[in-house]
Amino acid sequence: MGIENGLSQTFEITGNDFSKAGSISTTVKEILQEIGIDSSVIRRAAIASYEAEMNVVMYADKGQLILTVTPEKFTISVEDEGQGIENIELAMQEGYSTATEEMREMGFGAGMGLPNIKKNSDEFEIASIPGKGTSLKMTFNLDTKKEK
Amino acid sequence: MKLKAIIEKLNLKVLTAQEKLDKEVTGGYTSDLLSDVIANSKEGDLWITLQTHQNIIAVAKLKDLAGIVIVSNREPDEDTQKKAQEESVPLMISGERAFEISGKLYGLIGS
Ligand SMILES: Nc1ncnc2c1ncn2[C@@H]1O[C@H](COP(=O)(O)OP(=O)(O)O)[C@@H](O)[C@H]1O
Ligand SMILES: [Mg+2]
Repeated sequence: MGIENGLSQTFEITGNDFSKAGSISTTVKEILQEIGIDSSVIRRAAIASYEAEMNVVMYADKGQLILTVTPEKFTISVEDEGQGIENIELAMQEGYSTATEEMREMGFGAGMGLPNIKKNSDEFEIASIPGKGTSLKMTFNLDTKKEK
Repeated sequence: MKLKAIIEKLNLKVLTAQEKLDKEVTGGYTSDLLSDVIANSKEGDLWITLQTHQNIIAVAKLKDLAGIVIVSNREPDEDTQKKAQEESVPLMISGERAFEISGKLYGLIGS
């Protein structure tokens, strides 16, 4: 798979569908491995992608994850339609979570998702309109020097 | 140490992915919080947890964990076993609690 001209792929995420939750991030990881991206970057991307995917499953109605790869970097954008986030600063705090009791029993709701997305991506943008939805953009730089 | 040897020494009951037991276990991670496991477990770790629902399989798969040990004889959901088989993730049960099984695993493979 050559990436000289870039590659972009879109995946649909269904809100509240825990049976498929996480599968898109696994596919994204496999694509990145196939392209030959450095494993340390893939590890960070997998963490960020999983957390973003789970947030759509847990807090939104539906969403899309778009993976775009260029020779210099790749981005994972996750856009959803749903309740949105009232206070982004609060949502970004470690430990803050509005997960239900049921989700917590399943081991979700540690309030580490958004902080870990930020920590594991090279660039991170988040925007949200309460009542409409949320969008995240995570960018991962590729060390192109190494390949040449 | 190979997963097969650990299964024998810790007396684990294997439910799925019999074909993956030759895998090398390089560490262990004990946690019931999925965000913690996603962020902090390492490839080749054996994951010790009391979670039994199907989402643990995606986590193990995504992180290339060597397998999942469910503690205290808790029975994983049917969906969980089905998914583990599909994804070739070794799913095991232990009669012991997380503390004991983690201690024994640490004794076997150390840090
Ligand atoms: N896509 C989203 N749509 C609506 N709310 C969200 C979304 N992502 C995160 N949130 C809100 O931000 C909080 C913190 O998210 P996160 O850091 O991932 O922790 P957790 O998922 O464990 O609650 C969530 O509990 C939720 O209230
Ligand atoms: Mg989250």
